[in-house]
Amino acid sequence: MKKSLLAAIVTVAAFGAAGASAATLDQVKQRGVLHCGSNPGLAGFAVADDKGQWTGFDVAFCRAVAAAIFDDPAKVRFIPLTAKDRFTAVQSGEVDVLIRNTTWTMSRDTSLGLNLGPVNYYDGQGFIVRSSLGLKSAKELEGASVCVQQGTTTELNLADFFRANNIKYEPVTYASAVEAVKAYDSGRCDAFTTDASALYAERLRLTAPDEHVVLPEIISKEPFAPVVRHGDDQWFDLVQWTVNATINAEELGVTKANVDEQLKSENPEVRRLLGVEGNFGEGIGLPADWAVRIIRHVGNYGEIFAANLGPDSPLKIDRGLNRLWTNGGILYAPPIR
Amino acid sequence: MTTSGKTASAAYLRTTVAPPERPPPLTSGPLAWLRENLLSSPLNVALTLAGLYIVYVLVPPAVRFLLVDAVWTGEDRNACLVSAAGQPVGACWAFVASRLRYFVYGAYPDGQLWRVNLVFALCAAGIVWLLWTRAPRKDLGAIFFFGLFPVAAVVLLYGWPAIGLPHVHTSLWGGVVVTLVVAFAGIVVSLPFGVLLALGRRSRLPLVRLVSVTFIEFWRGVPLITVLIMANTMLPLFLPGNMSPDKLLRPLVGVALFASAYMAEVVRGGLQAIPKGQFEGAASLGLNYWQTTRLVVLPQALRIVIPGIVNTFIGLFKDTSLVSIVGIFDLMRTIEVSLADPRWATPVTAASGYAFAAIFYFVCCFGMSRYSIAMEKRLATGHKRQETDR
Repeated sequence: MKKSLLAAIVTVAAFGAAGASAATLDQVKQRGVLHCGSNPGLAGFAVADDKGQWTGFDVAFCRAVAAAIFDDPAKVRFIPLTAKDRFTAVQSGEVDVLIRNTTWTMSRDTSLGLNLGPVNYYDGQGFIVRSSLGLKSAKELEGASVCVQQGTTTELNLADFFRANNIKYEPVTYASAVEAVKAYDSGRCDAFTTDASALYAERLRLTAPDEHVVLPEIISKEPFAPVVRHGDDQWFDLVQWTVNATINAEELGVTKANVDEQLKSENPEVRRLLGVEGNFGEGIGLPADWAVRIIRHVGNYGEIFAANLGPDSPLKIDRGLNRLWTNGGILYAPPIR
Repeated sequence: MTTSGKTASAAYLRTTVAPPERPPPLTSGPLAWLRENLLSSPLNVALTLAGLYIVYVLVPPAVRFLLVDAVWTGEDRNACLVSAAGQPVGACWAFVASRLRYFVYGAYPDGQLWRVNLVFALCAAGIVWLLWTRAPRKDLGAIFFFGLFPVAAVVLLYGWPAIGLPHVHTSLWGGVVVTLVVAFAGIVVSLPFGVLLALGRRSRLPLVRLVSVTFIEFWRGVPLITVLIMANTMLPLFLPGNMSPDKLLRPLVGVALFASAYMAEVVRGGLQAIPKGQFEGAASLGLNYWQTTRLVVLPQALRIVIPGIVNTFIGLFKDTSLVSIVGIFDLMRTIEVSLADPRWATPVTAASGYAFAAIFYFVCCFGMSRYSIAMEKRLATGHKRQETDR
């Protein structure tokens, strides 16, 4: 009874808040700064530099949204959220958008009053092993001991994968990821498993990072997507097309460096993306050069990836699934037309 | 015939004072101290040996890790890797040094750091004024520290465009600044508020008593982390969308109220220790309630509970690290965020960061503890039993 009352209050409050803030874009413009829910610290995705300025892959997308609206990637206030309070922060309107390595699942999309999408990073669970073992695939892990954090979906995915492939293995579970990595580093296990993006970060914590490799298999689906609340479709469109614009820009070869030059391009797709032809920004409440702003300040998808996760970062994460569809990945954005 | 001449002539009398004998070697000096304190019985011998063994096991590795093998300079993670240094690597102080600005000021804008430094300086001045026994005009010092300083600190830190200080949003505050702000707010609010609540709980007016009891029991009945999560996660749901109190202010209020409830019970313990004769004596002098409380009861009661008050302060100071769980960037949070930085990811980074936090908290808490002992000694005016002299 008490619980249902509380639930009712929360629901009413959430809807009240959602209803009150139908025109998110107007609010953001009036406020002069975008409120972006972010991770309080995840290697490559959201990291504070020596001066406390946020950098990272997810952070770059927050800045992209701010750049599209204000033509200024600095007009964003990052609200670091824990895994527990991230969704309430969106529901209550405390943040305008949540870009925080959040896995897009059906229950999150349908039962929380939230909209997710599109995917800005395809993550999934992977394995790291010593390169001296000479393994090429996770399917060669017959009889191996695998360090894993207990009570997580990671542990369940691990069991599923080995059962499905009919491979014998020995799980060695630890209460925290830190302990599991330590145990792996000390040689207690042959392999360590967690989300692939985190594997690259954990690898740097090992005593000799270069003696370990991440295996190519990804055994679970963890698509990360931005989150907005229900009730403001135009705002949802704006966030969606911000991500899409970065992907399309990479596909069309428009980069931070050559965006001004590309304004003169004859390619109709480039002309539409950069607002030289048509006025596609109108539909999301922005001027025609909305995508130019994004690319000029933040760069295209490939540049964002390279700087924060890829070769230009210490993590050196392989693009893998996050390659463009034209390069063997599954990154595919709808056209702007 | 002088006495001196007579004494000088007596051959059997000494003319000089005999030189003092050295005391038996085992009743004074370092050896005796050792014997008396460490080796006085077989049990003590065993305990001493056990103690020495523990020191032997723990201290050399700690010194080795924290000082001998530590890396003091470096640009990035390569400096703190085994492969680079070619020897076992201890604490990576280069990481702490590179991150120190962030640990202390958070994301506070570069050009405005002087404001934070000024607040630190004012705070230090106030503390010295109040703590240095021979400083003049302690009353003014107290007004400065508990009245003017908090206002000045808020104006300086938060900004006031009218007098040329641009706003610095609290989301940019971080590190030691936030830890001290939360602890200071808790301490400054909880002492007076706690005294009032304690008096209220002993009041003869039923309404006052009821309100005080309800407040105290409510805040003591919930864990601090619940209060913080309520304040930072649930509160925005209950308020209209546009009305969202500052994200730092919310836990600040929570911590202050929470600490007040604990302080109230500590002070009440002191109030109960005051004998009834003191009240009757005060009444016989014609003092009214507030005069009795202010002049007779509180000075004695607070002196008795100094250990309890300081205990609460130290507990509060360490509890401030809980705000990191609700996304406030206190010292712990800034350290943990920095651990995620791939530029500094090494096997020893986490240990170095936490060692730095431990040293900071230890210095602050130990300082508070020593000060409270000094204060107790100064105020021990025959009221409390003398501790056995050693």
